[in-house]
Amino acid sequence: MSSDPLVKPYSALRRETLERDRGLREKVMSLEEATTLVHDGDHVAIGGCTVSRTPIAMVWALIRAGRRELVVSRSITSTEGDLFFASGASRHIVTSWFTQGIVWGVSKVMRHHTENKLARFEEWSHMSMGLRYRAGAMGIPFMPSRTMIGSDVGKRVADETRVMQCPFTGEELALLPALNPDVALIHVQRCDAFGNAQLDGLQFMDIDIAMAATRVILTTERVVTNDQIRRTPDRTRIPFFTVDAVVEAPFGCAPHECYGLYEPFFAHLDHYAAISARDPVKGPQAYLDEYYYGPKTWSDYLAKLGMEAVLDASRRGRSVYND
Amino acid sequence: MTDATTVKAETAPREDAFTTSELLAVMASRLMRNGQIVFAGIGVPLLAATLAQRLFAPQLTILFEGGTIGPFIVPGELPPSTNEQRCTRRSNMVLPITDVLLLLQRGYVDIGFMGGAQIDRFGNLNSSFIGDPEDPKIRLPGTGGGNDISSLTNMIVAMKHEKRRFVADVDFVTSPGWLKGGRSREAAGLTHGGMWRVVTDLAIMGFDEETREMKVLGMHHGVTREQIQANTGFELGFAKEIGITEPPGAAELAVLRELDPDALYTA
Repeated sequence: MSSDPLVKPYSALRRETLERDRGLREKVMSLEEATTLVHDGDHVAIGGCTVSRTPIAMVWALIRAGRRELVVSRSITSTEGDLFFASGASRHIVTSWFTQGIVWGVSKVMRHHTENKLARFEEWSHMSMGLRYRAGAMGIPFMPSRTMIGSDVGKRVADETRVMQCPFTGEELALLPALNPDVALIHVQRCDAFGNAQLDGLQFMDIDIAMAATRVILTTERVVTNDQIRRTPDRTRIPFFTVDAVVEAPFGCAPHECYGLYEPFFAHLDHYAAISARDPVKGPQAYLDEYYYGPKTWSDYLAKLGMEAVLDASRRGRSVYND
Repeated sequence: MTDATTVKAETAPREDAFTTSELLAVMASRLMRNGQIVFAGIGVPLLAATLAQRLFAPQLTILFEGGTIGPFIVPGELPPSTNEQRCTRRSNMVLPITDVLLLLQRGYVDIGFMGGAQIDRFGNLNSSFIGDPEDPKIRLPGTGGGNDISSLTNMIVAMKHEKRRFVADVDFVTSPGWLKGGRSREAAGLTHGGMWRVVTDLAIMGFDEETREMKVLGMHHGVTREQIQANTGFELGFAKEIGITEPPGAAELAVLRELDPDALYTA
């Protein structure tokens, strides 16, 4: 039996899962300690979508730790994609859309790196990204789909897809290869020390990513007791045995949003967009120096964002619970 | 089915000034029907669908790619993408992105509605590369859900009518329209959906049933055929009877301005 190198062999997937310590154990650690779970060259899947529930604190820690040659995948890629490219942590991003957000115009940093062939933006449709993670989560090598056919998006990644005639109906379907990331970075509103994670609001592709990955690093607004989780198990979305690290990182998505807690820090995102548009090299570099390499701790980083900005984002964020 | 394009203007154009985006939102909203399920992008599509919902289609349901079913947008709190918490306000359900997109494949969605950077005579959209994809002049943000939506349902696109945006052949087919025309879309395996209407600041266009080439169905008040053709990079067809659309009305503009008081998307 041959196996396609595009897809992680099933025997390896099963072996790596068996080798993981799946006991009900505490796994709380610091951002810095969690970076040791990510190795140069790893495929790192990022939870959230665009500027929502992005695990910025972990991205921040990985860039500070100097990781290199990461292959980064995400449903839609925003500011963090710019910073992965600009810092040199990644030269290959797999995603469906790449720019901070539609209101800020096309990312000049993404343009600089792709147009000058310094880095690769591998484009798949949004549903394809989702189906690829889902196949990975399901332990199957591919998912059939009725999209990605006929278009140039499909043709451009034709080496990585297949077309199959359905054995039942005879229809032609695109086969999308499973994604089983080495590491998933996911930020949640709350989880316990074991990694039972509850997330509020939009789930994006996070549950499939957690199930598909070989290792999962959870950052969380707060760590709660296991008793608290057990009072509302229906709200738990990610089971502890998929999780390898739990890091408490309040405001861990800032300047992006975290449902029900804070909205995007719009003025900060405007500022980033402006300086990176002025100079797609020096702009993000200055930003990295000031916000990523300069602060000693995550709290220092938040202090740099400013109390007023934190409070404003929180006030807007909590407003979803107002009638 | 009556259509905005067949409505004859019976009144003189209003004095009220309106922006291009407001014009697009109003014209597109009139294409919606009560009871439809509309997969809406951010900006003009969202405003148009909400406008229809407010004025004449209370049973219309909006879906957002981020994973929301049936939100009621809070005026003045328009979301900057389809993935923020603002998209979920007073919605019926939130669900994972993959599952909301799969509703398209399952066949629950009547209309997909988005903006466009570049379109060609067969309604193919490009949001990936300007120039040669191997050596692009501009790398654009990409498909997002565009490829999925346009592969699986009937599409409305709202965009500015400019020669550089309306080209004979797009540089890259990000979101498939009628591909090379005729039956090429179906032959490629895309058996459902397709580009239905293109709404611009000059006209409303559809596609010939046989050739699948773009043709003008209606023109906005004060616009000429010559003007439309001059702003199009290929030869446009014109339907036998061209309607003149009624300019945006006071009620329509009032709703839009209530929804977007800061003119985030309507400037």
